[in-house]
Amino acid sequence: MAVRTVLQQADLERALTRIAHEILEANKGPDDLVLLGIPTRGVALAERLARIITRIAGVDVPAGALDVTMYRDDLGRNPVRATHPTEVPGDGVDGRVVVLVDDVLYSGRTIRAALDALADLGRARAVRLAVLVDRGHREFPIRADYVGKNLPSSTRERINVRLAEVDGDDAVTIEGSDA
Amino acid sequence: MRHLLSTRDLARDEAIALLDVAEDMAAVQEREVKKLPTLRGRTVVNLFFEDSTRTRISFEAAAKRLSADVINFSAKGSSVSKGESLKDTAQTLQAMGADGVVIRHHASGAPQRLATSGWIDAGVVNAGDGTHEHPTQALLDAFTMRRRLHGAGSRGRDLDGVRVVIVGDILHSRVARSNVWLLATLGAEVTLVAPPTLVPVDVTGWPASVDYDLDHALAAAPDVVMMLRVQAERMHGAFFPNSREYARTWGLDDLRFGRLPTTTMVMHPGPMNRGFEIAARVADSPQSTVREQVANGVSVRMAALYLLLSGERGEAR
Repeated sequence: MAVRTVLQQADLERALTRIAHEILEANKGPDDLVLLGIPTRGVALAERLARIITRIAGVDVPAGALDVTMYRDDLGRNPVRATHPTEVPGDGVDGRVVVLVDDVLYSGRTIRAALDALADLGRARAVRLAVLVDRGHREFPIRADYVGKNLPSSTRERINVRLAEVDGDDAVTIEGSDA
Repeated sequence: MRHLLSTRDLARDEAIALLDVAEDMAAVQEREVKKLPTLRGRTVVNLFFEDSTRTRISFEAAAKRLSADVINFSAKGSSVSKGESLKDTAQTLQAMGADGVVIRHHASGAPQRLATSGWIDAGVVNAGDGTHEHPTQALLDAFTMRRRLHGAGSRGRDLDGVRVVIVGDILHSRVARSNVWLLATLGAEVTLVAPPTLVPVDVTGWPASVDYDLDHALAAAPDVVMMLRVQAERMHGAFFPNSREYARTWGLDDLRFGRLPTTTMVMHPGPMNRGFEIAARVADSPQSTVREQVANGVSVRMAALYLLLSGERGEAR
């Protein structure tokens, strides 16, 4: 099966730096920002974005993790899933601008679950969504505010996001069924 | 996991996975909204043939916090007291659409029978059967030990090398049996301490050593001392001369407690007989984990219900 690299390490870094600038621009600065990554790779991406924003703005922007497993709508259709820790930075989410971070946006079901999970943690002033890859095929009226790479794909293709923190190196690859 | 019937057949990885899920459930207990939508639309029946308010409300809280519907079925004043068999009760629950059954029964093996008989498709959780096992109690005890020892770094850890002394009525205790198997699986070293009359006739197959002298066992400065309740309702013979002598020889009193290292944790599954197997000052000391055990019980039972009931149930559903 053919594997094609879509983003290399430098591309990935540039995409994250651009997203960091876009978040700061839309938010008119770093005030009240909280980045929450969706396990597993979203957490590493949220931490990277928070580091970049902190470097640009000179103010500490907190990052955390939001596990959505127990809010999924497909639990009864699959074998039991392992849960992951949810870690909300010190001051919580009340009144903050929460940026959800995930690696791939696909059906939108994970983000729907994330919105439910977030609502149980408190009342955010606003919720935004940043993803590294948007591959289309939405099943919910959900869109990302910040996208690293739009990657129109076939449902038969597989998109793999590799991150140094989890997989040892940075890359986004696409595995074609017929390519 | 399809059922949770005993800790004896629980593999190390399964046990650790359950304890890790319980860590995430415990985090939910600390939030303002202590509820998850995970088991919405599922029905959990608490089927209690034996009185136990503590265990029942713990399971009830766990199921409700996962948004399951809970039906409490207590044998007293029910069709069971009119002579209904376990089979007919099970088939009634099946017809009502129970997805999970939490069963406590005075007969050892009743949960196993319920799970394997084909009477019911539901996932079965053993909440204590006769003198056999009480797996969620052992799991919450292990969870409590792991949290005290490793704190935030508990995830993925076992209890390798932790020395645990279990004191009291081993003979009638399903808590002791479940703990012996689980603790050994997790790598802990277990010593059982009891009057010879309250030790089962043959424990050679158990992964634990036996000591008849409490002071001798405590002199080894164990990491955990677990005191068991003297179960008056099961004492149908003369197992020890009288309660004062029991307290003096096998109780954790102020004097014995004072000789323990300040790092030794003191556990009790509850309900306690203060001044009998455990002194009041000991039960209320910072080394006592009694209240943590109650709180952790809900988290561990949430984890068990999640693992049993959240996924697809194959042909059975």
